[in-house]
Amino acid sequence: MARCFIPVGWQQAGHLALVGFALLATLATTRAGPATQAGMTAIPAGTYRPLIRSQDEPAEISVAPFWLDIRPVTNAEYLAFVQAHPRWRRSQVSPLFADSGYLSDWAGDLELGPSAPVGAPVVRVSWFAARAYARAIDKRLPTIAEWERAAAAGFTQSEGAKEPGFPAQVLAWFTQPTPQPLPAAGSGRPNYFGARDLLTLVWEWVDDFNTAMVTGESRGDSGLDRNLFCGAGAAGIRDPSDFAGFMRAGFRSSVRASYSVPNLGFRCAQSP
Amino acid sequence: MKNPTCPRPGAALLFVALVALLPRLDAAEGTVLARPGVRPLAADLPVETAVLTEAPHVPPRITRQHAAKVIVNLEVREVVKRLADGVEYTFWTYGGNVPGSFIRVREGDFVEFHLNNHPTSKVPHNIDLHAVTGPGGGAASSFTAPGHSSQFSFTALNPGLYVYHCATAPVPMHIANGMYGLILVDPKDGMPPVDREYYVMQGEIYTAGRHGEGGLQNFDPMKAEDERPPYVVLNGSVGALVGDMALQAKVGETVRLYFGVGGPNLTSSFHVIGEIFDTVYVEGGVLPAQRHVQTTMVPAGGSTVVEFKVEVPGTYILVDHSLSRAFNKGALGMLKVTGAGNALTYSGKEIDEVYIGQASDAGFAASKREAELMAQKEAAIADNPRIAGFTKEIQLERGRKVFLTSCFACHMANGEGLPAVFPPLAGSDFLKADKDRAIKSVIKGLSGPITVNGKPYNNMMPPHDFTDDQVADVLTFAMNSWGNDFGAVSVSDVKRVRAENK
Ligand code: HEC
Ligand SMILES: [Cu+2]
Repeated sequence: MARCFIPVGWQQAGHLALVGFALLATLATTRAGPATQAGMTAIPAGTYRPLIRSQDEPAEISVAPFWLDIRPVTNAEYLAFVQAHPRWRRSQVSPLFADSGYLSDWAGDLELGPSAPVGAPVVRVSWFAARAYARAIDKRLPTIAEWERAAAAGFTQSEGAKEPGFPAQVLAWFTQPTPQPLPAAGSGRPNYFGARDLLTLVWEWVDDFNTAMVTGESRGDSGLDRNLFCGAGAAGIRDPSDFAGFMRAGFRSSVRASYSVPNLGFRCAQSP
Repeated sequence: MKNPTCPRPGAALLFVALVALLPRLDAAEGTVLARPGVRPLAADLPVETAVLTEAPHVPPRITRQHAAKVIVNLEVREVVKRLADGVEYTFWTYGGNVPGSFIRVREGDFVEFHLNNHPTSKVPHNIDLHAVTGPGGGAASSFTAPGHSSQFSFTALNPGLYVYHCATAPVPMHIANGMYGLILVDPKDGMPPVDREYYVMQGEIYTAGRHGEGGLQNFDPMKAEDERPPYVVLNGSVGALVGDMALQAKVGETVRLYFGVGGPNLTSSFHVIGEIFDTVYVEGGVLPAQRHVQTTMVPAGGSTVVEFKVEVPGTYILVDHSLSRAFNKGALGMLKVTGAGNALTYSGKEIDEVYIGQASDAGFAASKREAELMAQKEAAIADNPRIAGFTKEIQLERGRKVFLTSCFACHMANGEGLPAVFPPLAGSDFLKADKDRAIKSVIKGLSGPITVNGKPYNNMMPPHDFTDDQVADVLTFAMNSWGNDFGAVSVSDVKRVRAENK
């Protein structure tokens, strides 16, 4: 199967920083309770500190304000999408855009069945499919910078890393088996920005997933290599103890755009 | 044998830049990690599939006198397993067990490696085989998302006993969760034959709870960073090599142990109490380099091969001679030798009692006594309605958790179900009527036409892979929530129904 793909969106984080939206002054400065727009929550402007970077890259990337779905897209919502767009049905999708696992937990082309409850997040969808879904409703996938910016919040404060117990809870998710079938999307506790289930339900596609710089040979990965094996300075890895961050970077670099993975779903974003 | 893992910063930066600029190409996939010209043409070789064994077993000696193309199929699975009595842990495994499956090939073999990451895995994994000559030992070529497979190949150029492990970031966590094993590359002429071969590996486990704290334990990154493991174990769990599971040999036999250390951090002072190693293949090389060794040092990510002839019947204790690890943390196993005794020597029995605490035969007797006492205590509690009511409350709390993770998606948080699709549990006459049937439905699943509160359902409920406690808890919760007052389900009910429905 052809496995090359177009690296759309990998520069987007940088662009966002440059474009500079003149909008939603309240969002950019204070947090006036999570505003919502049809199932979305506003993520105020902020910064994202990449986990792994080279010396010429900035330590911080600014992220303009954006709307983010409160919860991942559900099976029911995705079903409506494939009903309207037959070429994304399981039986009709091009193998270039989705591998053979695509929606394989559904009972049929237009039938969910017991392994894919209506309210559970849709999983086993490729990046191409997730993007097509988002485009169909005039949304898009969040970038890594946006997604990480939203997920860096704890439940009660904007920096989850500083919230007692929060990092441990996030890490614990990795060591708990995935429940079958998945619980309903949106059942998790909302984070500081009003988004739910970012860290403890399923993995989520991001638009520029293929820029995550982990090769799989983690010790060969730029900064990690220098830090862990050569004891060099701080350039490269922001925080070697951010295990959950490494797992996300690792996960993103282990997938390809046509992959469908049993615990990988998505949610959409929108620029104001 | 391997490339140093310390490129100059410039090279590393260049590498980063390349990764960042290029759309991902498949350059790494299917890479042949071998020196060109050294291996015979793989196409000409006879093909065989490697026999993989679970510890403590070792695949049979390779007797063929020529190279072969050996296909290795290794499956990565994340599984909840027993770490110690009453303690569970989500292990990340090669082949379903810790340590990973033992792989045996012959020097010069061309190995076609398939790494399959099970669809239920949470995270991607890969494999770095120290037996592979080439950067990363296969790690980059084997990086595999959940529900996917990777293939790479290499020629086993160097004989010896090698560790393999996962090298996905954060590496210490992947290794601590159980992702290590051994691959033996038999020298061309084979290892000298012995009577018994066994596979034992040491590793540390960094649980959030203290040693012995019950329940499903999480990984604790701080303890890993500080190298303070609550558990140091042989073959993946406390007691994996004691009692009925002890290694076995007969008087007069020669035993060979393939011993490795997964780590991720600690070095082992490997020792067998009551024995002297006749031969040590130091650091897993192929020379029988040292004789008459009491304790041999095995580095993290390293191995050794030891041989000794057992002369005296009794129990011999395998330990990391950094003894707190053996005595307090679990790094202890047993070799039971049967046969006629030799009057001139000690019995192994005294040693049993001196060193091995809980895990010894005496310890087993102690746990048996403890179990009896627990049973007595439970009977006393059951007789006392006030305390019994209290235990039910605890059960309800635990059951609520199970319900909210495993049942509510279908039966809904309020127990009402979905009309015509998922039957209600709230006020269900079907649930009320037959406790055993409910237990069986949770364990084995339920399908086909049924009638609940006069309404027909004909759908399928999947089986649940729960512990007895979880089944008892969740049903007790369902039978006492949303106005239900249907009594309780005990663990012994679940055990009985399970036995009846084997
Ligand atoms: C994937 C959906 C699903 C999940 C998850 C599920 N069930 Fe069910 N359950 C069903 C269906 C469907 C039936 C009816 C089966 C039939 O019609 O043959 C059922 C029937 C039952 C019944 C008997 C009928 C009744 O209403 O009394 C009980 C009891 C029950 N489930 C308990 C549970 C418990 C406890 C759990 C969690 C451990 C659970 N179920 C999880 C779908 C599910
Ligand atoms: Cu791993």
